[in-house]
Amino acid sequence: MARVVVDVMPKPEILDPQGQAVANALPRLGFDGIASVRQGKHFELEVADDVDDATLAKIAETFLANPVIEDWVVRRVDA
Amino acid sequence: MKVGVITFPGTLDDVDAARAVRYAGGEAVSLWHADHDLKGVDAVIVPGGFSYGDYLRCGAIARFAPVMQEVVEAANKGMPVLGICNGFQILCEAHLLPGALIRNHKLHFVCRDQWLKVENNETAWTTRYDKGAEVLVPLKSGEGGYQADDETLKELEGEGRVVFRYVGDNPNGSRNGIAGITSANGRVVGLMPHPEHAIDALTGPTDDGLGMFLSLLDAVVSA
Repeated sequence: MARVVVDVMPKPEILDPQGQAVANALPRLGFDGIASVRQGKHFELEVADDVDDATLAKIAETFLANPVIEDWVVRRVDA
Repeated sequence: MKVGVITFPGTLDDVDAARAVRYAGGEAVSLWHADHDLKGVDAVIVPGGFSYGDYLRCGAIARFAPVMQEVVEAANKGMPVLGICNGFQILCEAHLLPGALIRNHKLHFVCRDQWLKVENNETAWTTRYDKGAEVLVPLKSGEGGYQADDETLKELEGEGRVVFRYVGDNPNGSRNGIAGITSANGRVVGLMPHPEHAIDALTGPTDDGLGMFLSLLDAVVSA
């Protein structure tokens, strides 16, 4: 088995109301100096060894991310 | 005339959508998400709710349901399809309509009666309206912010494919105040507000929504 991580983030030009809400809450909690926050998703996949990179790319592009509004990165990590 | 109404796990508004079809004089046919055929219907409504719990993204999992494969194939052959609220999100995820819906800009779930302007009365679902007419129907969604890139937006506006636009305050941060759009052939329409909840003044704010279902009957009968 291999571990694969997929990180999905809203595209820079897409409004991220959730990230903004987190950023706005930080000063209220006494944390200063955080200029901005963007919120995305982090997936951890346990995949069989015969699953190739092309398949992983397809999973990310067609399902885990919506290319209209999100960017994504797929990487294999050491388990 | 038969109109299919899809039920996914988590769908809420299939009953009202079927009722709206019957009010307009059509026969509503229930379609289950796991169905592999459309039971000979002339059109399909993808109703609102929270299909598959809105997990991953709204509509992202519903898009892969067996019945949606049939809907995409039929829509590509010209069958009228209407997506309401979660149904609109599903049609975007299924690439039957361009763009995507994201969290409302102020994060609050918006539930209110909403005025809309009819921008296009030539789709299969809007011929009963006057162009420029304003209608009042419920809006109830947390992820109703319509997003598309500049190029797509220009195309939609240029081709008159914006069907409904919010009147007054933009309730959810939708680009250009877009509440609903249509496909290039005018057969597939998606909108966030709920016409099926406004078909009788006894149970809704108005009966302004009924026109969408009457329009469909006209479109199918004349086809």
